[in-house]
Amino acid sequence: MRAFQTDLPIVLDDVSILMRDVAILDSVTLTLGAGAPTILIGPNGSGKTTLLRVAMGLLGPSKGWVTWGGRDESAPLRRAIVFQRPAMLRRSAIGNILYALAAAGVPRAARKARADELLQLVGLRDLAGRAARRMSGGEQQRLALARALAKDPEILFLDEPAASLDPAATKALEDIIRDVAARGIKVVMSTHDLGEARRLGGEIVLMHRGRVIEIAGARAFFDNPCTEAARRFVAGELLV
Amino acid sequence: MPTDASAIDLVLRADPALIAIVKLSLFVSLSAVFMAALVGIPLGALIALTRFPGRDAAIVILNALMGLPPVVVGLVVYLLLSRAGPLGSFGILFTPAAMIVAQAILVTPIIAALARQTIEDLWSEYRDELAALNVGPLRRVLTLIRDARFSLVTALLAGFGRAAAEVGAVIIVGGNIDGFTRTMTTAIALETSKGDLPLAIGLGMVLIALVVVVNALAWAVRRAGERYAG
Amino acid sequence: MNPRRLFLATAAIILSGLSAPALAQDKSQEKSIVVSSTTSTTDSGLFTHILPLFKAKTGIEVKVVSQGTGQALDTGRRGDADVVFVHARSQEEKFVADGFGVKRFPVMYNDFILIGPKSDPAGIKGGKGVVAALKTIKDKAAPFISRGDKSGTHSAELNLWKVAGVDIAGADKGPWYKEIGQGMGAALNTASASNAYVLGDRGTWLSFKNRGDLDIVVEGDNKLFNQYGVILVNPEKHPSVKKEFGQAFIDWIVSSEGQKAIADYKINGNQLFFPNAGASGA
Repeated sequence: MRAFQTDLPIVLDDVSILMRDVAILDSVTLTLGAGAPTILIGPNGSGKTTLLRVAMGLLGPSKGWVTWGGRDESAPLRRAIVFQRPAMLRRSAIGNILYALAAAGVPRAARKARADELLQLVGLRDLAGRAARRMSGGEQQRLALARALAKDPEILFLDEPAASLDPAATKALEDIIRDVAARGIKVVMSTHDLGEARRLGGEIVLMHRGRVIEIAGARAFFDNPCTEAARRFVAGELLV
Repeated sequence: MPTDASAIDLVLRADPALIAIVKLSLFVSLSAVFMAALVGIPLGALIALTRFPGRDAAIVILNALMGLPPVVVGLVVYLLLSRAGPLGSFGILFTPAAMIVAQAILVTPIIAALARQTIEDLWSEYRDELAALNVGPLRRVLTLIRDARFSLVTALLAGFGRAAAEVGAVIIVGGNIDGFTRTMTTAIALETSKGDLPLAIGLGMVLIALVVVVNALAWAVRRAGERYAG
Repeated sequence: MNPRRLFLATAAIILSGLSAPALAQDKSQEKSIVVSSTTSTTDSGLFTHILPLFKAKTGIEVKVVSQGTGQALDTGRRGDADVVFVHARSQEEKFVADGFGVKRFPVMYNDFILIGPKSDPAGIKGGKGVVAALKTIKDKAAPFISRGDKSGTHSAELNLWKVAGVDIAGADKGPWYKEIGQGMGAALNTASASNAYVLGDRGTWLSFKNRGDLDIVVEGDNKLFNQYGVILVNPEKHPSVKKEFGQAFIDWIVSSEGQKAIADYKINGNQLFFPNAGASGA
């Protein structure tokens, strides 16, 4: 069953995640609304991935609340995620997408055409029959993106999608992300690459040690950071 | 089977009695593996994907049962299927059906234990992805079994090797009846007891060759599958 | 064709190809009986000779399950065989007296022989008296292999020790006496490998191929006489017993035709079994 209710806004209210008494997320309050992409930035270990998983609904908070469109419980019917290292199902490229379409409840007759369309979108049409696990890192990232889009999501989470890609593959991926955002899909993405945040960002969320340090529009954030930590981060200093 | 012919002669002449024994051995062991897979793979998947109290103990027991002694299985199945036993009314003692049952019991823990390991490994890789795709429990199990299928072939081969090689269970429940329940292994046991060691060794070579051929076929299927599915 | 279909199709073809003959055999089972007999009888090759003659005459297939005498009788007791064909007269009579068998018919005899290394460490070769030979083996502590499996041959051996006045289970037991708990063939293989004496039946000996340095040391003593009997399992205890087919087998094997078939079975010109269905007291 497709849910026709919207999952937006996603509201995290004083959310903490504790693992063996260590706070991975520490009292995070954040609203993810419709509109331009939200980019999570911050050093490794600052809690970006965990925040994405909580917002996706894969991880329940130890403290605090999460709501999706005002509901506190929601199956990920209209939310999709591309993990930093996506697992490729042991099938062909198109097989991966057909699987996701089936899981999303798309009628069998419509799947093939939709899969072709998605492969076209990510530029993998020629590799449709290739075993997914034998594709390059960049191809796998794009395939994972197409697979995530199969359920026709309202929100798309991307966890460091370009972390291990060369500049050409990064450019191809960023073009697709812009295209996706232009179709009205809310993109929430983490990166530790300031340049990428500047290129794609609508809204920037700076994280450090499990806390949200600063939330601002991209231009304001880069031109005129409010906090000392943000100023130093933008200036290229190491946050430790 | 004439005892004055050497094993090599028997093979070269495609001796009909020998062919019948080979066919019966393959039929019994492959059927046993098939039935054991029907039980063992879902059982392995169930243990791999669920968390329950005593799960660690269940895994230890399952792994230990991989070493079930064939004679013990044979004896238990014999007592169950005997006319005087609880399942005696089926009248299948001393038939190939009884041998299949005994070997299936012997092989099920092997397939279940190896399938559990294989599926659990794949599960740790797929877990987040399937959760993100909102895949329900049943489809999840079927996906893992399907995607692990080429690794599961290894589990089936281990089961087949065990079934084809064992003599203790089939000789008790099959009775080693000439032309009816005589398999490669029981024939080897018989020829050894007759002191015809060359014939016994020859039959042993044929058995080993068969197991190698079956493994080679399965390996070829696996390689072809990996090229296709990754 | 994708690999999965290929794999399934291959598996289906192999299984159906293999199951066809096995299922065909199941149909011929309709006119068949199970005879539980002893390993020594099966190993001698007698059944391979006589059963085709019986089948040609009656169309009944006989499936022989070969076990030790104790287990063969137990198989009958449980109703898993239609006929038992063994050589342990007192146990057979008890089997009938306990109501598990209908009636015991004597069929034939063969004889036991004392087998030992050609070097004959106990110096008993050529003697006729098995009892004296066993005493000497014990006195010289010459290596001896015992079946130790409660078979007919094993109980015959224990009986001979008793007659010889040797307490083989107790005081006189020593490292020279080894019970292996296996069949006749295994006992001969063990004796051959360890140059030991062993009591065996002539039928198994004649068809045994791994003799090494073994030879017959004592034979022909009437104490070495080994009588076979055949018994129909009692259908009143076990309704599954195929009474008519089983009785047909017994009637045939004690008939002049069956008796002649037994006498005709020879290995290298040696007759193995001597029919005596008519003999009183056998």
